[in-house]
This record gives sequence, C-alpha cells and structure tokens, in this order.
Amino acid sequence: MDYGSGNLRSVQKAFEHVGFAAEVGDDPRKVRSAAGIVLPGVGAFGSAMEGLESRGLIEVLRERVEAGVPFLGVCLGLQLLFEKSEESPGVAGLGLLRGDVRRLPPGTKIPHIGWNQAEIVQDSDLFQDVPDLSAFYFVHSYVVVPERPADVLTITEYGTTTFVSGVESENVTAVQFHPEKSSRLGLRVYENFARRVAGG
Amino acid sequence: MHLKRVIPCLDVDKGRVVKGTNFVDIRDAGDPVELAAHYDREGADELVFLDITASHEARNTIIDLARRCAEELFIPFTIGGGIRSEDDVRALLRAGADKVSLNSAALKDPGLIESCALRFGSQCVVLAIDAKRVSAPGERPRWEVFLNGGRIATGRDAIEWAREAVARGAGEILLTSMDRDGTKDGYELELTRAVVQAVQVPVIASGGAGDLDHLAQVILETDADAVLAASIFHFGEYTIREAKERMAAAGLPVRL
Repeated sequence: MDYGSGNLRSVQKAFEHVGFAAEVGDDPRKVRSAAGIVLPGVGAFGSAMEGLESRGLIEVLRERVEAGVPFLGVCLGLQLLFEKSEESPGVAGLGLLRGDVRRLPPGTKIPHIGWNQAEIVQDSDLFQDVPDLSAFYFVHSYVVVPERPADVLTITEYGTTTFVSGVESENVTAVQFHPEKSSRLGLRVYENFARRVAGG
Repeated sequence: MHLKRVIPCLDVDKGRVVKGTNFVDIRDAGDPVELAAHYDREGADELVFLDITASHEARNTIIDLARRCAEELFIPFTIGGGIRSEDDVRALLRAGADKVSLNSAALKDPGLIESCALRFGSQCVVLAIDAKRVSAPGERPRWEVFLNGGRIATGRDAIEWAREAVARGAGEILLTSMDRDGTKDGYELELTRAVVQAVQVPVIASGGAGDLDHLAQVILETDADAVLAASIFHFGEYTIREAKERMAAAGLPVRL
C-alpha cells in the first residue's frame, strides 16, 4: 500500500526477487481485490495516518483485515496497527491491535539503527526456515507495546531494554525491522509471507 | 542483542569502482553494483559508496548508481561525496539510497543537517568527519576537522563538531582519522573513544584498518558501533566472513 511514505520499491523488488509479484498502489479498489496486503512505511505516525486517510484507505484496510486477508506490516506499518503513538499525540492509529507506541527509553541510542536479533516467542509460518535469534536490520525510534501478550511474535534486546519487534494475531503479522534490508533471511520472510498469501 | 557492523567502503569515480579487485564471482570488478552484491553475499552488514567524481556534470552517475543498487541490494547502503544541498539528498534517497553522508557541505552550512533531518529523518543523515590530531605529544589530545582528504584545515574541533551535528539531527557519525587513513596501522582509538563518549548516536570507525584484529580492537576499546574498511576487503586479503569470525572470537556480537 502506497500512502506517500517511502521504501515501497525496495519491498516490491524483495517479493520479485523471491519469485512473487507485488503491486504498489493507493487505489482502495485494488486493496479490496488484493490476495494479501503489505503496509510498509518510514516516517512519522501522524503523517502516515493522514496519508492513509486522504487516500480513503483506512476503511478498506480494516474491512479486508477483518475479512481474514493476510496482512504484513513493516516498521511504521507495524506501529500503525496500534491505537496511538507518543510520536503523534492525539492521532488515532488503525486500532487493529490493542496497545500503543512509545519512544525508546532514554539511555539507549536513538534511533536504534543496525542489526539486531529477533527472538521468536510464537510459532509462525513467517519464520519458517529462519533460525531463532536471526539478525535483521532495524531503523526506528519508537516501539510497540501490545496489550495482549498473545500478540507478541518476536522480542528484541536493545541496550537496557527489551521491546516487541514482531506481532501476530490471526491473519495480521507485522515486524519492526526491515526484511527488505536484511539480506538473505529477510528475503525468506517475504517469501514465507508470499507463500501464506498464495496458499490462502 | 544489538550487533556490531562491518561496512566495506567503495570509492566510486564516474560510476566505476576506483580500486581494482579480483574476486572470482565478479565479472566486472569495476562495477560498484556487482562488487556490492558480492559483499552482500559475503555477509557485509551495510555498504558505503563514496563518490569522488570531481566534475559536476558526472554527478548524475551517482544517482544512477543508487538506483541500480536499490534494485539489486538487500542490505542498507549510504552514499557520500559531493552532496551539496537538500535537493542532492532528496534525489539520492528517492533513487533508493538508505542514507546519505554529509561532509564539507555541512561544515559550510550546518543548517543543512537540520533541514535534512527534519525533512527526511535523522536515520538517513550521516555526518562524515575527517579528523586530524593537532595537539602536541603530552598535551591534552585535540583533533581538528579537515577537508579535501586532509589538505584543508577548518579550525573546528572534531569532538565539538560531532556534538553539534548530533544536536542538529545527524543520526550517525562516520569518523575517519586522517592520521591513520591508508596506513594500515589500525584505527585511531583515542579519537574514536572521545567521539563515542561525546554523542548518543552510533559511531562508525574508519581509517587505518590493516588486519582483522584492528576491527575487533577498535570496537572492544571504544565501543564504536561499526567498522568501515576498504582495502583489506577489496584486494581479497580478507573476506567479510573472516572479519566477522575474528570479531566473534574476540567476544563481539556480529551477524554470521
């Protein structure tokens, strides 16, 4: 989904690289007919929600996710799933998952840039053939704090803190890191998601 | 656990890699994209392309390079060298670069760091500092920022400049010791440590890597976030994999 918020081509070519087609677009009708939806994104929470709203994408996104269409959120696309963010007070998120988004605690280097490990705490086909504690590339200053422990898919240690780096709830999966910048194992994550879409 | 990064640096002139290489899996060793993909396969965590093209007309080749890299690379890459304005930064990021590295333009106009950080985010603004020790032996150590490969002194204190750049929004510091660059004597530990302690953003150590122990040493002794090296990888002396294995053996967390 294109809502004016960057790095779409890199996600698209990652799918192409593993042999699947991905279309970039902001047309709600296309979203409605898609077999799977990817919400990437870099930038600020508030302007991203505005970008989604101005393109009429919020309703269709909610509708399709509730209908069970496989959904993958990446980076800001993870954060937008929640109810609100400290980054943009007063702006409502998609609210598809319960919880909020908070700034990384002081004392850690912010933004968190670089490779870090994801500890897998829930079985998921997204991490098929991806070893536990594999390294992925992160670039972010905010982290999600899910209300329901069952939604947590991966956790990551950073400095003195441990944050939720991936969530999964039924057909909704999202990760804080950038699989499209995480070399071989990142490509495998996209391949696994594409297989989920193709098999569903 | 947050991992330490190994970053090969490629000097590029008019779209071609300047220092020759002879890797078996590369058809055209002068093609930065092929070399970059080779490093990705070997386990490089990130890449830096430094454009040393002098003529302004040839500048567009670096945008083409960013575009081609974005198509074929699945690790982050930074482009530096010759970036003068916010428009240059925008063009490179649009072409697919993950970050840009600012140097002389930021010294001339420190506001450029702020405007780029505001517009594009701190995460993509790297400040490159070329520093040279200017204190006499026995004196409290001081380093000055230099331009043009160490030829032009700026009068600015390197530590102060790092602090100011971060306050203005730089998300990372790429710190090169002009005293060590090209010497293969190892990184400048005291300088690196001083900058790491002065700022709350990742510091990439650069200049002086001659063997694999140097890579581990600078991180162990300064807590730098990443090491950048050129010649030890380009001439096939060591592979990225060997570098990371040595770092892991020294107790450093790396991606293997």
